[in-house]
Amino acid sequence: MDTSTEITDTPPPAPQPSVEQKRAARGATRPGDRIFLGLSRGSGIFLLVIMAAIAVFLTYRASLAISKDHGNFLTTFDWNTSIQPPSFGIAVLAYGTVISSIIAMVLAVPVAVAIALFLTHYAPRRLRGPIAYVIDLLAAVPSIVYGLWGALILVPHMNGLFGWLNDYLGWTGLFSWDQGAPRSMLTVGILLAIMILPIITNVSREVFRQVPQMHEEAALALGATRWEVIRMAVIPFGRSGVISASMLGLGRALGETMAVATVLSPDFLIHGSLLNPGGGTFAQNIASKFGEADEFGRDALIASGLVLFVITLLVNGAARMIIARRAEYSGANA
Amino acid sequence: MAKRIDVSGLSAYYGSFRAIEDISMTVEPRTVTAFIGPSGCGKSTFLRTLNRMHEVTSGGRVEGKVMLDDENLYGPGVDPVAVRREVGMVFQRPNPFPTMSVFENVAAGLKLNGSYKKSELADIVEKSLKGANLWNEVKDRLNKPGSGLSGGQQQRLCIARAIAVEPKVLLMDEPCSALDPISTLAIEDLIGELKERFTIVIVTHNMQQAARVSDRTAFFNLAAVGQPGKLIEIDDTERIFSNPSVQATEDYISGRFG
Repeated sequence: MDTSTEITDTPPPAPQPSVEQKRAARGATRPGDRIFLGLSRGSGIFLLVIMAAIAVFLTYRASLAISKDHGNFLTTFDWNTSIQPPSFGIAVLAYGTVISSIIAMVLAVPVAVAIALFLTHYAPRRLRGPIAYVIDLLAAVPSIVYGLWGALILVPHMNGLFGWLNDYLGWTGLFSWDQGAPRSMLTVGILLAIMILPIITNVSREVFRQVPQMHEEAALALGATRWEVIRMAVIPFGRSGVISASMLGLGRALGETMAVATVLSPDFLIHGSLLNPGGGTFAQNIASKFGEADEFGRDALIASGLVLFVITLLVNGAARMIIARRAEYSGANA
Repeated sequence: MAKRIDVSGLSAYYGSFRAIEDISMTVEPRTVTAFIGPSGCGKSTFLRTLNRMHEVTSGGRVEGKVMLDDENLYGPGVDPVAVRREVGMVFQRPNPFPTMSVFENVAAGLKLNGSYKKSELADIVEKSLKGANLWNEVKDRLNKPGSGLSGGQQQRLCIARAIAVEPKVLLMDEPCSALDPISTLAIEDLIGELKERFTIVIVTHNMQQAARVSDRTAFFNLAAVGQPGKLIEIDDTERIFSNPSVQATEDYISGRFG
């Protein structure tokens, strides 16, 4: 509309804009738009409220326990909440959680990326669907089933591997073995690796499938072999996606409870060797002690849960930073 | 050095569908040959047979002979990867690697072929960017992502990437169709310079462009949808646009169909 006609048409003083005009200016006039806006905004806020509520709950209950802890909460190698004065600390749990997750990631990520590349770039078209389906099934197996399989099948079969590692790598200390039952961090790490393999594989496969044909053709036209195409165009393009996929897997490994509790034979020591039984993780410790703990014991366990919560947040934040640092080179600019 | 292309009896298939049928032509070294014709006539498919990119498409298959000087590209035991290192290609949409800087993009092909010293690499990258008339625009941002350049600059970056490995032949598949007129002009000028060093084949939908840049023009057509595309005629560009020997060519050029 022309400005001059508006002035002549509008008698002074200008009337307040009606409700309809205000809505028109905002652009959200249709009921469908408003409902959807409300729903999506509400969901977003709801999520933040839940996160905040969890943090507040954990912090409050944890503070009750930590204030009465006579040991150092961070460095004590013990978990005595029923004696007076109570003495407990998360050192062993933090070490066990981190080390078992690192083993799981080291084993799972390369295999998962290799499977994803095989499914997207090497496997015959007819096989891609069925193989992906089987991997999906692997993700649907409940963790207690993994735990039972680990305890009944995996543990008895680890002796050979452990003996071999002890013979050839025992001198490092990391792989020395005292012939104890192989219910150790390495066994837990291997089991966790199998458990997080499907999620990392599936997300990576989706990412590799998104690589635009034109980037692969650009590499081919330069005289790249199939592997060089993957190295030049596919992996760099999928890099941030693979990191995100790994974080999803890591999240599961850090918090895995039943499978670890079933396989590990826990104690409250940090063992230099990954092969000797013992140690513990946050989730495993909570699961095995929560049932018989009194009010104070539960607060102490919740305090350890808070530490796990913080570790998970830190790991995710670090991953976000790695992705953001090279954002201007990301495939999203293609 | 630029090489001659000699195609005889070439057909290309997608599965059981024959996309182009029985094409024969000769492309002289250090000339520009333009392929024109209506959509679906198989000119892009034919172009992609010249560096064995057609067979990358699933079901893609080629019969016939493509001689690059004395070497049959479809001879037994010929490695398609080696062929593509001799016959470079520029695509319709600029496709610099988004995860690489300007410098890395140009150096990408070199790194496949062998190891270079840092200074050697820098020299070749500079020479290639100068060859693509892009050096002055990017010399201060070699380490910035290639995807940050404008569309026309990206396409010249792709040309620099292609010529950095010193191919014998340069194939261009509608290299200007995603660009504005000024960027198009820059690429056309560049093609005029590049033909001093390379044998160039360009597919284009723009007949003025074919008339401006090429020495020879090939007209492709198909009898009907679902029929294979055929080479109708190839001749000096001047003759094709003034006095073609086939009526269908004249009809297409004068805009009576297509």
